[in-house]
Amino acid sequence: MYDVTIIGAGPAGISASLYTKRANLNTLVLYNDKSGLEKAEKIENYYGFENGIDGESLYNTGISQTKKLGVEIKKEEVLKIEIAENGFEVTTTKNTYTSKTVIIATGNKKNMPKIKGIKEFEGKGVSYCAICDGFFYRGKDVAVLGNGNYAISETNDLINLAKQITILTNGKEVPSIRAENVKVIPKEIREVRGEERVEEIEFEDNSKLKIDGIFIAEGTAGTKEFAKKLGILTNGDKIIINEKMETNIPGIYACGDCTGGLLQISKAVYEGATAGLEVIKYLKNKRRKEK
Amino acid sequence: MSVLRITNNNFEEEVLKAEGPVIIDFYADWCGPCKMMSPIIDSIAEEINNAKVGKINVDEAQDLAAMYNVMSIPTIIIFKDGKPYKKFVGVTSKENILNELN
Repeated sequence: MYDVTIIGAGPAGISASLYTKRANLNTLVLYNDKSGLEKAEKIENYYGFENGIDGESLYNTGISQTKKLGVEIKKEEVLKIEIAENGFEVTTTKNTYTSKTVIIATGNKKNMPKIKGIKEFEGKGVSYCAICDGFFYRGKDVAVLGNGNYAISETNDLINLAKQITILTNGKEVPSIRAENVKVIPKEIREVRGEERVEEIEFEDNSKLKIDGIFIAEGTAGTKEFAKKLGILTNGDKIIINEKMETNIPGIYACGDCTGGLLQISKAVYEGATAGLEVIKYLKNKRRKEK
Repeated sequence: MSVLRITNNNFEEEVLKAEGPVIIDFYADWCGPCKMMSPIIDSIAEEINNAKVGKINVDEAQDLAAMYNVMSIPTIIIFKDGKPYKKFVGVTSKENILNELN
């Protein structure tokens, strides 16, 4: 079991790992997607770089710095975080890890698809969590929007509940999945429609599909998906934290762009450092209580 | 006040015919995020006396969940004069709920 699992390898996640590893905590960093930092062409307002630095170099240096310190860092897509006995379970496409604490540093990348009707029908047939809401679609026809590992994972959570599952790739590549009640429609989507609740999907070629619900699972799971599934309080898509970077769930911390505010490296580094230090204190207190 | 357990049997009496607002938490035992909502609901019940606070287990009262279009849990509905007045889908803060009562 890890003492701390950090999700995200940008300035917030890496800073947190530098502190937890130096305090001898068994630290795991998981990352997958490109960090927001990598996209920054040139950073000229960060302390210590008089000629500026490009985002990709800074990002890669951060990763190599934490590796050098001996932090275990793995490029694996995180599918879900769940509460388990004495901590948490973090499932990736390759493994399941158990950890006493989790630091979410997943940035502010949004998965929100720009399809008409999705926002409007949130909670009225549009869902972001198969494991939480699948119950309401027992014996019904549902769609899963997406085509990656996360969409497959959501589909698997619905297979034994829903009558028919249609994976909608919205024009993207068709994933490979075989199950009796799963089919794939690769057509582009025009609109999600209904009266009081979701009733049908209309495609760009004017064809329609009757459904009772649609689960949004485009791209990889991120801040919003993890928060919804765990029950972390958010303000919009931003995780609500206190000055210790604690979320409403004891043992789960958040830092960096995923908590909103200034989208700056300096702020992410500060929050990452704080989260790391607070995890150290939290585990120390926990050990003391257990004695 | 303590949190009321609302079922098909007492829904009409406790919610529809109630004087003043009623805050209802639709939940299930298997639902992870509902466990995070639960302490928030308990603390609201302890703190206020101008509204009733209750919980509905959607496994036991599926028709009540369906009647109010609950398709995701936790869902919090504030009833006023027997009618849904405000709905929160997903875990929401104590402040958000209390703000709707004032």
